[in-house]
Amino acid sequence: MGGYTGEELTAIFLMQGFSGLSLFCVFLLMALGLAIIFGQMGVINMAHGEFLTLGAYITYLVSYLASDTWPFLLDYYFPVAIALAFLGTFILGYLVERFLIRFLYNRPLDTLLATWGLGLILQQIFRSVFGPREKSVVLPDWLMGSFQASDMVDIPINGVMVVALTVVMTIGVFFLLYRSRWGIKVRATTQNRAMANAAGINTEKVDRLTFALGCGIAGVAGAAFTTIASTGPTTGSLYIVDTFLVVVFGGAASLLGTVASAFGIAQSQSILSFFLSGSMAKVITLMTVVGILMFRPQGLFASKVRR
Amino acid sequence: MKDSKRKTQSTRRRLLAGLLALPAALALANPVFADDVNTTGLSVTDDTVTVGILHSLTGTMAISETGSVQAEKLAIEQINAQGGVLGRQIKIIQEDGASDWPTFAEKSHKLLEKDKVAAVFGCWTSASRKAVLPVFEKDNGLLYYPTFYEGLEQSHNVFYTGQEATQQILAGLNWAHDKLGAKTFYLVGSDYIWPRTSMKIARKHIENVLHGKVVGEEYYPLGSTQFGSLINKIKLKKPDLVFGAVVGGSNVAWFKQLNAAGLTFKKQPMLTISVTEDEVLGIGGENVEGLYSSMKYFQSLDLPGNKEFVAAFKKKYGDKAVIGDVTESAYLGPWLWKRAVEAAGSFDVDKVVAASPGMEWDNSPHGYLKVDDNHHLWMRTRIGKWKADGQADVVWESDVIKPNPFPKGYQ
Repeated sequence: MGGYTGEELTAIFLMQGFSGLSLFCVFLLMALGLAIIFGQMGVINMAHGEFLTLGAYITYLVSYLASDTWPFLLDYYFPVAIALAFLGTFILGYLVERFLIRFLYNRPLDTLLATWGLGLILQQIFRSVFGPREKSVVLPDWLMGSFQASDMVDIPINGVMVVALTVVMTIGVFFLLYRSRWGIKVRATTQNRAMANAAGINTEKVDRLTFALGCGIAGVAGAAFTTIASTGPTTGSLYIVDTFLVVVFGGAASLLGTVASAFGIAQSQSILSFFLSGSMAKVITLMTVVGILMFRPQGLFASKVRR
Repeated sequence: MKDSKRKTQSTRRRLLAGLLALPAALALANPVFADDVNTTGLSVTDDTVTVGILHSLTGTMAISETGSVQAEKLAIEQINAQGGVLGRQIKIIQEDGASDWPTFAEKSHKLLEKDKVAAVFGCWTSASRKAVLPVFEKDNGLLYYPTFYEGLEQSHNVFYTGQEATQQILAGLNWAHDKLGAKTFYLVGSDYIWPRTSMKIARKHIENVLHGKVVGEEYYPLGSTQFGSLINKIKLKKPDLVFGAVVGGSNVAWFKQLNAAGLTFKKQPMLTISVTEDEVLGIGGENVEGLYSSMKYFQSLDLPGNKEFVAAFKKKYGDKAVIGDVTESAYLGPWLWKRAVEAAGSFDVDKVVAASPGMEWDNSPHGYLKVDDNHHLWMRTRIGKWKADGQADVVWESDVIKPNPFPKGYQ
């Protein structure tokens, strides 16, 4: 790094840190919903990415209405969009569990195929309804631009927003899973379904809500991603691989594991792509993850549950 | 008894057939009778001719290929309204390549061998073109390919109505060097054949001809949405010009993040060969304001041919429709084919191909063009500067450039 002043290097260090942080938040936000569905329920939901896309499209619709019909609302639409994205994907998730997934428990491979098919159907619906072109939302003014800390350091506001949203969601999920009655029921169902049933827990209802909640969180992630990228019918499939990677690497059924693995993968990818190139960074990160999983197939943080 | 009845019937039928054939026999004197203009068994009748359109209507590439389909259909509709080709109305058989290259090959097989189409307008990515090329060469079909591409190809059976790499890149870099005074360049592209080949040409040109310096060259996987590290590197290296070929969904993330990181195009000039009106629609005009694109066509071109084209396009597809460079190239295909067929007086592929080189068109939507012996087009390159409303101001245009798909010293 010769030839650069100390000030420049500090600035780059700061901005690199932030770029890693925002990548971490993107990964975590994607993985949270899946960590619940895959981690807690053991359901491989290949349509997870499409729930994310649905959330993004709902946000697009709200922004479109706001900019076209009620322009004075443009500044405030974003929180509404997030709430609606959650609600829409939550309801769809609830219905999918009710009419599809619940017939396939204990048949993981069939679930995989069924949800993959569901993903394809959803993609084609998006294409028919919204058209094949990528959609981009109009951001409210307060989400555009950046804080200029110094001449070199610019911290993008939409990045800060994603970070904040991730923190809120993660804490929310943590409290739901580990500090609420519902969380106790979920974990009881995960650990021993028969016993949970015997203890008077309506496990079917728990399953349904868990799945719907996981989908709802995917919807929120989708809403958040509209601030950094565009939305097309196949957007979700871009994220699905990374999402599974994060959850599996972190160790299923461990929220802490998901956080740690998202952090590790994001930082290594961000730092490597600074010194190497984007493609090489991805290759090296993936190879490292595969290598570690070979020696530790249960992931970084395995839950110590006897099954 | 029975036999004799059948005999009379058949005699009567023969007589009837003979009578019916009379006008047809008279028409034989007319040089445009189907057999004369079509000696290779193409799907041509006395008043129709069938062509194929082969693009992705589903899958990831549908985003880009939709505009091309629209333009091709518009051109064919206009040709039909003017009386068709050699007096025959054009009928279309449309197939979906589904963003899948083997499907493209299979569908082109179907179009050429089963439907016997006289010409095919289609393909978008180089990968799909490479997949159908052997089929077209084996069946001696005729393909009009609309996209600007990396060059290094020339086939008896293909006409390339977009720019090959040098037409787009060299003129653009020369402009940046002369007008912006750019000496240091940062090359950024998506990771596949077109950006990589284009950047290879760009690097040679920068180093050997412009005597500038390439301070960075980077490729990001298709669909990548995180450009934070790259943006930081650009901030650190402060190149005079970022030369970009990022495509697809990545494009949107790339420009949004550039903007959010405070790298406005005023601070950091950037020239791209992958952004047209179509892309801007998805990226949002506010995110590309001040960006330069090197293209042969912009919707805002102030030319008589273009005004007619834009008006017709909007009339058919609505006021909000936008027209990008490739969409315009796709529009050229059916017209070039019609002219070549009428010059040859035949639908036979070999005769159409032979009649094509040297054909000129003064008032195409992007102005003067000429078909070269190498099946590419002579055309101008233009630099457009994007505005917040999603249209570009043309700030510079080159002379008409001869296509050079196999540039010496650039490989």
